[in-house]
Amino acid sequence: MSQAALPRGRPRQGAQIAFTALALVIAVGAYVLAGLGKRGQVPITLALYGSIFAVGFAAAALVIRRFAPGADPALFPTAAVLTGLGFATIFRLSGGLAAEQATWVAIGLGAFCITLVLVRDHRQLDAYTYTIGLIGIVLLLLPIVPGIGRTINGARLWVKVGPIGFQPSEIGKVLIVVFLASYLNQKRELLRVATGGVGRLRLPPAKHLMPVLLAWGASLAVLFIQRDLGASLLYFGIFVVMLWVATGRLAYLLLGLLLFALGAGFGYAAFDHVQLRVDVWLHALDPAKVFDVGYGQLAQAQFGMATGGLVGTGLGQGSPGLIPFAPTDFIFAAIGEELGMLGTVGVLLLYVVLVGKGLQAALACPDGFGRLLATGLAAAVALQTFVIVGGVTRVIPLTGVTLPFVSYGGSSLVSNFVLLALLVRVSAGPAPVRPKGGG
Amino acid sequence: MERQIRQLAVALLVLFVVLVAQVSYVQVFAAERLAENPANAKRQLIAEYEVDRGAILAADGRTVLAASRKSAGELRYERRYPFGPLYAHLTGYYSFVYGRSELEQEFNDFLAGTAPQLLRQTFADMVLGRPRRGASIVTTIDPVLQDVAQEALGDLPGGVAAIDPRTGDVLALVANPSYDPNPLSSHDPALVRATWTALNADPDKPLLSRASDELYPPGSTFKIVTAAAALENGYGPDSTWPNPSELDLPDTVETLENFGGATCSGGSEITLAEALRQSCNVVFGEIGLTLGPAALAEQAWAFGFAPTADTGDVPFDIPFQTGVFPDPSYFATRRPAVALSAIGQDNVAANPLQMALVAAAIANGGLEMQPRLVSEVRGADGRVVETYEPEAYSQPMSPENAALLTAMMVDVVESGTGTAAQIPGITVAGKTGTAQHGEGLAPHAWFVSFAPAEDAQVAVAVIVLDGGSLGSDATGGALAAPIAKAVIEAALDR
Repeated sequence: MSQAALPRGRPRQGAQIAFTALALVIAVGAYVLAGLGKRGQVPITLALYGSIFAVGFAAAALVIRRFAPGADPALFPTAAVLTGLGFATIFRLSGGLAAEQATWVAIGLGAFCITLVLVRDHRQLDAYTYTIGLIGIVLLLLPIVPGIGRTINGARLWVKVGPIGFQPSEIGKVLIVVFLASYLNQKRELLRVATGGVGRLRLPPAKHLMPVLLAWGASLAVLFIQRDLGASLLYFGIFVVMLWVATGRLAYLLLGLLLFALGAGFGYAAFDHVQLRVDVWLHALDPAKVFDVGYGQLAQAQFGMATGGLVGTGLGQGSPGLIPFAPTDFIFAAIGEELGMLGTVGVLLLYVVLVGKGLQAALACPDGFGRLLATGLAAAVALQTFVIVGGVTRVIPLTGVTLPFVSYGGSSLVSNFVLLALLVRVSAGPAPVRPKGGG
Repeated sequence: MERQIRQLAVALLVLFVVLVAQVSYVQVFAAERLAENPANAKRQLIAEYEVDRGAILAADGRTVLAASRKSAGELRYERRYPFGPLYAHLTGYYSFVYGRSELEQEFNDFLAGTAPQLLRQTFADMVLGRPRRGASIVTTIDPVLQDVAQEALGDLPGGVAAIDPRTGDVLALVANPSYDPNPLSSHDPALVRATWTALNADPDKPLLSRASDELYPPGSTFKIVTAAAALENGYGPDSTWPNPSELDLPDTVETLENFGGATCSGGSEITLAEALRQSCNVVFGEIGLTLGPAALAEQAWAFGFAPTADTGDVPFDIPFQTGVFPDPSYFATRRPAVALSAIGQDNVAANPLQMALVAAAIANGGLEMQPRLVSEVRGADGRVVETYEPEAYSQPMSPENAALLTAMMVDVVESGTGTAAQIPGITVAGKTGTAQHGEGLAPHAWFVSFAPAEDAQVAVAVIVLDGGSLGSDATGGALAAPIAKAVIEAALDR
């Protein structure tokens, strides 16, 4: 744990503030360019949205500097650029959605700051393993509750209480990562022990296998009851990855893959909508099917990206409005149309930086909980990005999840900023021991 | 744990590499194939309308028949036709719902700037980041003549075709009713659909040109074809033919009468020239029966007629329905039809452009020039990128016989049925036609002509449908000849 002993402190924050300023220039610049490209003039909302970004980014940068001085200087600015590019694309698609998204950016940045201020040391969270886990599971399953659950686009993901609708699974995702980090850190020695198995595939005793099977069951439940393919895949992926990292046992990874294959096979056999997703994936451009609704949507995303080509049509100058669900599921295709392959690869590289920095924070963290937490959070961002970008570009069947920080959507944006705050927190290292006590 | 995190980092990086590979495949390597997908119509459309489409110009190179202008909407350029219906059947329309027609369709490669001849310029535009610009089409249409023809035809249903016999240049091509291509080419889908529905529901079929798309019995104007066949088969203008008051049609109890039921003047025998001057149905029926269907068909086909409506082979820059003269086998069991066909009835069919080609061939010493509507293509920089030279279509008559037939047609206008086309100081050659097309229906009035007879500069064919303003009293001489006269006068004034 030699890294923990390295001096951390203010010198890193100069870079962080410079990066954040650059992120602000990119975010506001993209949004102004989108306005110029679309209407030929600087957006009239510049003062309003510009100040939301300026004040929000500055506040976040200062909170990091004040409350997490040792934090990685690239984490927040990277997410900030993604948020800005997403906002510019949403603004370009719909002024109304941009107004909502700007509000959510403000709330998300607020949640980011509050999280950093409240959680002074990530190990604070380690004390509430089961409380957090319970809240996470409840949030995950909340949409099933009759009366408040809402089905949108075939998936039961939404909860509506009065006028406020939200996707509780988004914040549930973060809480479950926290729970798993805490739980697996405590149980990892137990789970490491292999007592039986076949050949070289050694497995731990059945009672310790239970969590794997339980998570598998929960994922299937999400798939069955909420019909949410993307989330189900994501939860299970995060769980298996964290289990493997915690125990160091490849058997869990293999078992996880096996269970995933079983679950996927069963899902395919049992559900029409899963079969449809697979068929759409394989035949989205088939002349005989391309005019059908589901196929056409995915095809339009391909057409948008193909129109963008290498350098794109320019912000505000393409027709990403032709892509269905462009502000949410297909925002990556909308970016591809107007910013081209340079833009999409750039976005992917930003995620590589984000995830890489997250894993770097995990490696640098002296405690097991922090390591697992950062690994889980980084893996969540990576897997979610892969699931949606892979779906949009037809690497895998499309399952509707948001593109972190980029897609339109309040629940997603706010919970991703909370996730980012936790990553920043882990990267900042343990809180200095103060006379008051604490750490 | 540390090792697993590093392995995880590598695994996740692999996932991102897969995504980058796929993104470059979709956006670059497969981009062209995706752009051509049938479901990609909307983007193809947007790309199509990104182009500053070339103009369609009259022969003077200045009068704009169709041009693009910037549009405020999602589609960048909008097509405009400054003269509305006047040139609609020539330019066609350019609709994002219903596609293109006529020149807009036939010369789309040039107009849209995709023709290989334009590669140099479009490449330069691309390098300089300018929008792609299309080339302009210069037509052979004389805008003054087009105006005169339209004015002379007025609101009467029918068509006018004027051709330069020496080159085949189409100088004017007018048809009533026409339509305004502007609403069809607008960017308002509701307007486009409503206009399209109304135009297609219109029983008058305004989208089709009476001058070149539809077919009508040519009536007595076809006698110049029959006369040409007689001359080509050795019967001179002075050859004599029996001149009864009616002709017994073979195999039937029917008889063929002259127009008005009278006997042609000149005694019991009459010359070929005199029969044409008086437009004697009886005599031309005899001539047809004497020559036989094979000779008639051969002559008609040489002028550009075809055995059926879909086998015509006269090349033209826009769709052109050539005339129809049935295959000789058709007459094997229908002998009376030979006599009727010789006077342009039964299944013989034509339109003004076809008849103008016949007149032009006679006027041009028997050499029929291919009709030409487009003379050159000019790139957006004004450079001529393609020129279309006049081309011969056929030689349906010898020069000697063409001269003889010209003299016979001059007589028609000087002292026959076509006196209404006389122009002081100009020798006009012509032939009238009053074509029956159904019991109790007012006839179609025809006039086919060229002038000056000794050195023809223009050939004009006119049809006024369904008796025009004169109803059942309509004749080619009364109704169609004055229209042809007006066009000839204007053409020779130029």
